[in-house]
Amino acid sequence: MDNIIEVLDVGFAYNGNQILNKISFNIPKGTFTGVIGPNGSGKSTLVKLLLDILSPNEGKIKIMGMDVKKFKEWNKIGYISQKVNTFNGAFPATVEEIVRANLYSKIGLFKRPRKFHKSLVDEALDKVGMLPYKKNLIGKLSGGQQQRVFIARVLVSEPEILILDEPTVGIDAKSEEAVYCLLARLNKELGITIMMVTHDIGAVTVHADRLLCLGDKGLMIHNTDSNLSREQVSEIYGYHINLHSHACDKCKWKAGGTC
Amino acid sequence: MLEIFQYPFMQRAFIVGILIGVIIPLIGMIMVLKRLSMIGDALSHTALAGVAAGLAFNINPIFAAIIFSVFSALGIEKIRKAIPKYGEIAIAVVMSTGIGLAAILSDYVKNANFHSFLFGSIVVITNFELILVVGLSFIVLLTLSLLYKELFYITFDEESARLAGIPVAIIRFIFTLLTAITVSVSSRIVGTLVISSMIVLPVATAMQIGKSYWQTTVLSVIISVTTIVLGLFISFYSDFKPGGTIVIINVICLIISLIRFKKQ
Ligand SMILES: Nc1ncnc2c1ncn2[C@@H]1O[C@H](COP(=O)(O)OP(=O)(O)OP(=O)(O)O)[C@@H](O)[C@H]1O
Ligand SMILES: [Mg+2]
Repeated sequence: MDNIIEVLDVGFAYNGNQILNKISFNIPKGTFTGVIGPNGSGKSTLVKLLLDILSPNEGKIKIMGMDVKKFKEWNKIGYISQKVNTFNGAFPATVEEIVRANLYSKIGLFKRPRKFHKSLVDEALDKVGMLPYKKNLIGKLSGGQQQRVFIARVLVSEPEILILDEPTVGIDAKSEEAVYCLLARLNKELGITIMMVTHDIGAVTVHADRLLCLGDKGLMIHNTDSNLSREQVSEIYGYHINLHSHACDKCKWKAGGTC
Repeated sequence: MLEIFQYPFMQRAFIVGILIGVIIPLIGMIMVLKRLSMIGDALSHTALAGVAAGLAFNINPIFAAIIFSVFSALGIEKIRKAIPKYGEIAIAVVMSTGIGLAAILSDYVKNANFHSFLFGSIVVITNFELILVVGLSFIVLLTLSLLYKELFYITFDEESARLAGIPVAIIRFIFTLLTAITVSVSSRIVGTLVISSMIVLPVATAMQIGKSYWQTTVLSVIISVTTIVLGLFISFYSDFKPGGTIVIINVICLIISLIRFKKQ
């Protein structure tokens, strides 16, 4: 299988404070990987390294076979950061305007969007079930709806990889489940590789194929079908954890529909 | 025709007023939404230092203001890069330098003209100034409209904009230059002390009403141009300073919009 992301012996420190120590893992194309670990274990740091927002002190990171420093096709990577739902709520932009923004580099400097670009925006909004809201102001939507708009924004540039850092923080349980189902559907139906950081171990074991666990003792990888035991997770987090998974028979892969 | 339009100096005031009325809120949208309004404040104070320098050493004050504020804009960017976590320090440093220089240089200004640059005036705009302001306003307007979509994305979410392949650093730099130019060319009519309010107020009012980014942008331009023209009228007939009049009209507009259009 092709590895779309390769991380080899990567170490990272913030001003001498070592966060990641010789970490190595691969993400095969088309998989759904959940990243878990306690607060401060370096999950967001790891994501920023993959996106070249931060640079590793040692080791190598390759994206689509290319060294991350030389990688240019960032539009193939959709990134949703941990702080999206802390954006300026009074920002006067419509759902449509925000989703269209991700087409700008494709449209090119100094050029205006065409009809064809508008239909791409509609398509992406339809995939996340937000088409009826396209003229609404982003600040007037619920947290879950905003998160779906941000997913549509990265979908519009047809990414091959989707990297999400705690996309369901501050979202109610029902919307949260809808976001997970949407991601699983994008993964199964469109073949998009997904890497998602989350604290919701229950849900992620249901939807993800693989679990990447960051902890004091470094990194562990589990296949979710081999049933991660409560002891293993508790050991990573350093305290007792209940693995209650969300019921997900509601999740039926209706084409074009939302869960 | 109204008597007011027969005076060449008023015709010039209207031309300049309308042009800066268009570009100030375009810059303002981004400043307000990126919470950078303080930069406008800092640049207006260095523009004032430029005006003082110009008047003291017999250089055109607007021209001197442009030179001063472009250099301070570059300074702000430099300092911000050096201490990235504390961008507001850069703004404070440049602002204090501007105030200090303006205070010292103003002692060398012989005529009372300096005062008119604080709150604006409708005194004679020279040929040189008219050409300068018209030319620069068109450059600012053209650049802003060419970079409209990129600026929108950077304003909304800088990190994602970079990931989406937008040359963020260059565009930010261009924007800072445009801000410096806009602040300087506005100093004659609205006055340096009033510019930062004009950067904020029409945008704040438009944000209460606009239903999209585009609509808010257009509305802020309409509000800004209308209030500046109105301010010039009132100033002509009443001898009030145009800058102060324009700001007060804008405050009233904002209050009305807050009451009338409270978005639910
Ligand atoms: N910009 C920074 N400068 C210095 N230290 C930082 C910085 N960002 C994070 N750290 C430190 O690095 C460690 C890892 O942070 P990171 O944000 O990667 O954790 P995380 O696993 O994403 O945590 P969370 O679950 O809370 O999101 C933390 O101890 C944090 O204090
Ligand atoms: Mg994090």
